[in-house]
Amino acid sequence: MDIKAYIALSLSLFIIGIIGVLIRRNAIIIFMCIELMLNAVNLLLVAFSKMHALSPVAKASLDYASDAQIFVFFIMVVAAAEVTVGLAIIVMMYRNVHTVDVNFLNRLKN
Amino acid sequence: MNFTTLVFIILSLLTVVSAVMMIASKSPVHSVLWLIVVFFTISGHYIMLNAQFLAIVNIIVYAGAIMVLFLFVVMLMNLNADSEPIKNYRIQLIGIISGGVLLLILLSSVMSIDKSQLVEMKVGDEGLIKSLGMNLFKNYLLPFEISSVLFLSAMIGAVVIGKKEDEAENKKVN
Repeated sequence: MDIKAYIALSLSLFIIGIIGVLIRRNAIIIFMCIELMLNAVNLLLVAFSKMHALSPVAKASLDYASDAQIFVFFIMVVAAAEVTVGLAIIVMMYRNVHTVDVNFLNRLKN
Repeated sequence: MNFTTLVFIILSLLTVVSAVMMIASKSPVHSVLWLIVVFFTISGHYIMLNAQFLAIVNIIVYAGAIMVLFLFVVMLMNLNADSEPIKNYRIQLIGIISGGVLLLILLSSVMSIDKSQLVEMKVGDEGLIKSLGMNLFKNYLLPFEISSVLFLSAMIGAVVIGKKEDEAENKKVN
């Protein structure tokens, strides 16, 4: 499989995430679109690692090719931590203003 | 067209269609379910790339833990299509057009590159648990340990933020 196919797929997913952030006003949907963008990046990193695995440098040592997959692992770790805090913030916002519309968050006080 | 290409095309179409349905569906619960479909198809891509560890972790962490958390919050707030914020169609149109133009520019610039490389499919040891574990606990031990501290701080932060403050504040006032 050509690397360009994976780049096109990841780009499409990333842009769908961007469009979702732009057009939706529900805070939870916006948060899910960010998760989608993270996953697009993960997919591209794995595809690049498998592309790199065919090079002679990576054939010498397995560690070179699996570095990208370790990065993906850490992205998942950070995403999981981010989701817990983000959802707690959204729950608190819902408790205060009784809506998840991000347009209600345009003032700092009260 | 061989079998691998066929599977790739079907999985890619499924991924993109589910992602579009995710941002297009009115009810937040449906959005969460479509996002789970996206995560499963991405895990399918990982399996095709022979990144077995990441495929399993993607299902367990994303589709299993994170999306359940999302679903839990959506149902806790009792959100449905009726409670959806009022839409502004002009903003939506502008968003879709700008995103589409961005996609067009990026895709055309990537596709116009003459050089290209192949991706190793279905074979290779670097995505297996053994080689990933050796690399993780040999070269990336410090980041791994730091991430546990990150998880602890995230957990404490979530508890502190999500705690109800009414009783504590009342006691302070009195």
